[in-house]
Amino acid sequence: MKVIINNKEIEVEAGTANLAALLRAQGFTGVGQAVAVNNRVVPKADWEACGLEDGMKITVIRAVCGG
Amino acid sequence: MERYIRQTMLPEVGKEGQRRLALGSALIVGVGGLGSPVALYLAASGIGRMGLADIDVVSESNLQRQVLYGEPQLGLPKVDCARERLAALASPSCALITHPGGLTAENACDIISGYDVVLDCTDNFSARLMIDEACFRLGKPWVHASIDGFYGQVTVFNHRAGKRYRDLYPDADALADMPRRTIGTVGPTPGVAGSLQAAEAMKLIMGIGLPLDGRLLAFDILNMDFNIVEF
Repeated sequence: MKVIINNKEIEVEAGTANLAALLRAQGFTGVGQAVAVNNRVVPKADWEACGLEDGMKITVIRAVCGG
Repeated sequence: MERYIRQTMLPEVGKEGQRRLALGSALIVGVGGLGSPVALYLAASGIGRMGLADIDVVSESNLQRQVLYGEPQLGLPKVDCARERLAALASPSCALITHPGGLTAENACDIISGYDVVLDCTDNFSARLMIDEACFRLGKPWVHASIDGFYGQVTVFNHRAGKRYRDLYPDADALADMPRRTIGTVGPTPGVAGSLQAAEAMKLIMGIGLPLDGRLLAFDILNMDFNIVEF
């Protein structure tokens, strides 16, 4: 199964159960980050319950502070 | 009015939109990289009253992106330099108010209560949390932008009791506690974000179009990628 994270297509390793596991495997800590699936933000509390689908578009938005 | 004809000729703006702008007010918190384009475009648009809050003085490393200032202003308070520059391009009827003490937890509600919309052009998480809290209490919309490198994001918070900064970033308090670091960027990054902020503020004041409320626009000008997510 392939998903797109921040415009990069990646192959999801077998056994990656959900969005939370995928983000962990990809090195995203979740701190100061919001995550959208198909352009809709999924609250952090729902990452475990969010299943993965082929072609899913995942966008990790990081809070930045420059002005 | 000839001065504003290129915007009043648009059916979305018209005479009524221009009248609303003239009656409208905006507070710009931070007149740096974001605040420069925001202030220039709002001043030129015919807005009635504009507040400038910042405690900084102009330094040499500001000049590559903070296009309100030049070398003659080095060492001078930003709000004073900005007011002078903006007064030269705004209509004489535009009131320019400076808040040289900046926005603090003590004065935030007092200052913000005098304006229709707040533009977050700050450079740290603590200031954003302060604006979030004060605007929530006062029921005022605020237009957020932040940048880092070639990356930027823009959204509208607390519009008609809509989403807050804390809704998008629930762990914002932890971010505010992190040590500050110097952020690199190129001028067009805050230029793009600030221009979009000015557009959102004008739309909010005129009551036209679809504001970025509940939607975050994130962009990367290195790869020219623009994307909107709903939250």
